[in-house]
Amino acid sequence: MSLLRVEGVSRSFGSVVAVKEVTMTVQPGELRAVIGPNGAGKTTFFNMISGFFPPTKGRIFFADHEITAMPSHRRVALGIARTFQITEIFPELTVRENLRIAVEVASKHRLSLWLSRENETRIEARVAALIELGGLSAKADRQVSELTHGAQRATEIMMALALEPRLLLLDEPTAGMGDDETYHIVRLVRRLHKDQKLAIVLVEHDMRVIFNLADRITVLAEGSALAEGTPDEIAKSEAVQAAYLGKVR
Amino acid sequence: MRKHWGSGVIWLLLFTMPFWMLAVGGYTELAARIVVLGLAAMALNFLLGFTGVLSFGHAAYFGLGAYGVGMTIKYLFPSTAAGVVIGVAAGTLAGAIIGALIVKLRGVYFAMVTIAFGQVFYFIAFRWNSVTGGDDGLTGWGRQPINLGFTTLDIQGNDKAFYYFVLALFTISVAVMALLLRGPFGRTLLAIRENERRARFLGIPIELHIWLSFVISCFFASLAGALFALVNNFTDPRFLRWDQSGTFVIMAVMGGMRSFWGPLMGATVYVLLQDYLSSHTENWMSFVGLVFVLVVLFFPRGIVGTARTRTVAEP
Ligand SMILES: Nc1ncnc2c1ncn2[C@@H]1O[C@H](COP(=O)(O)OP(=O)(O)OP(=O)(O)O)[C@@H](O)[C@H]1O
Ligand SMILES: [Mg+2]
Repeated sequence: MSLLRVEGVSRSFGSVVAVKEVTMTVQPGELRAVIGPNGAGKTTFFNMISGFFPPTKGRIFFADHEITAMPSHRRVALGIARTFQITEIFPELTVRENLRIAVEVASKHRLSLWLSRENETRIEARVAALIELGGLSAKADRQVSELTHGAQRATEIMMALALEPRLLLLDEPTAGMGDDETYHIVRLVRRLHKDQKLAIVLVEHDMRVIFNLADRITVLAEGSALAEGTPDEIAKSEAVQAAYLGKVR
Repeated sequence: MRKHWGSGVIWLLLFTMPFWMLAVGGYTELAARIVVLGLAAMALNFLLGFTGVLSFGHAAYFGLGAYGVGMTIKYLFPSTAAGVVIGVAAGTLAGAIIGALIVKLRGVYFAMVTIAFGQVFYFIAFRWNSVTGGDDGLTGWGRQPINLGFTTLDIQGNDKAFYYFVLALFTISVAVMALLLRGPFGRTLLAIRENERRARFLGIPIELHIWLSFVISCFFASLAGALFALVNNFTDPRFLRWDQSGTFVIMAVMGGMRSFWGPLMGATVYVLLQDYLSSHTENWMSFVGLVFVLVVLFFPRGIVGTARTRTVAEP
């Protein structure tokens, strides 16, 4: 049974059709890359899956629930977590505080006025584990606005992971990063995919990253799904080369 | 450590104020006014400083608390406690309803609509002469002694007793707000202030949490309003007007809206300036405005906020 099923979704902004009748199915544990030139509609596509706004046409299902018009916080509860193309974190808080809020909400404490000793210990341990996994131990108590771009991205990814999602949506996680930072993120994503069997949909421009990680690739161009297949199939596809690979990098 | 020390000094000053107020040229009622307006500014700041939502209409809830207590004592029963309960209930209920209507709006739009709703209550109080006293305010009533069973608290005749009655309610309110801000719920509010989009995609239902924060804030604002009416033994329609709302914002911003105690400092400065200047000049508000502008220019984080850099609540 598929985890995510997107059926013929479209989204227009006024007269601009950003996404046009895209259909896509993601299996549990799959790592899917979504690629396409600037303005192809990749972020818009993510926004519809995560509930930033509903599609103007089509339907979306997640693990047997129809989520087409479901509010985003309920999608999170079902197991969809995302990061943004431009990092969205709590700038004036430390890495630890950022993660702590995420863990508290994920453990259904968002309306609690205080925590029992037991819960407190459990939450702290979970936060510590996420800091470790994200390679953020040395920076855990620094305010995130002071950190490097790479560390901020890692913090955001760990916040999404704190929600214990079944599907992780990553919008250009390595954009604007140096080689070392990119390598770190790639290793992290591979680990989540291989060790934790997490389903991941990834928007990326960096071809090395994509061919390194993806099980399957979906190519968007001008809002439409141009092709879908394994990295090898996509690399060989003439339509894709004509529309995309030839032009970029 | 320094913060605990700071809070200790604040509590010490508050609890001893009636004993040295006279010596420094003040009077007990002035002390009560500082505490009450400080509570109003801290209530507003629960929303402004710790949720990141600007209300420019908190005078509505403040004023409903004031008229609630005044009208209860004047028309229903001569009981201070009943008056405070009814005043706070009225203000909180209005906050809950209005909050639910506007919670989807953001930023300037939210602030504008809070002003508009606030003005509705002002016009009612201003026009409905026969009940509210109209422009002259609600007179012909006063705070009543409180029967505690084993003893009677003479807040009517004894200034100091009244001050400590006000301070007791202030203390409980501040403790509750601090408790709320220190727990997981309080951190969701901070999350909304810091980055609403991130908060939403962590699974926080933003509108619900902002509404809760708004209602909590209105609850304490109406309590402050009820106490303010008791301080004056009088309610004025201007308690409900938009410029009163602006005063609370000025107090919070001047004192430091990112700090827990900042708004109390702002209220203190405001009340003292008003008290001193208004006996010398009609235009005292211009001077207050000047001080406000200077503070905002030279201490953008407010009086207290500048003294420290971290932003988490620390009562
Ligand atoms: N909120 C919006 N309002 C109006 N137009 C929008 C909005 N979001 C996206 N668009 C338009 O939709 C189209 C697709 O944008 P989108 O951001 O989804 O592309 P993308 O594939 O993510 O591009 P990039 O690689 O630059 O991130 C663009 O033409 C964009 O201008
Ligand atoms: Mg994009």
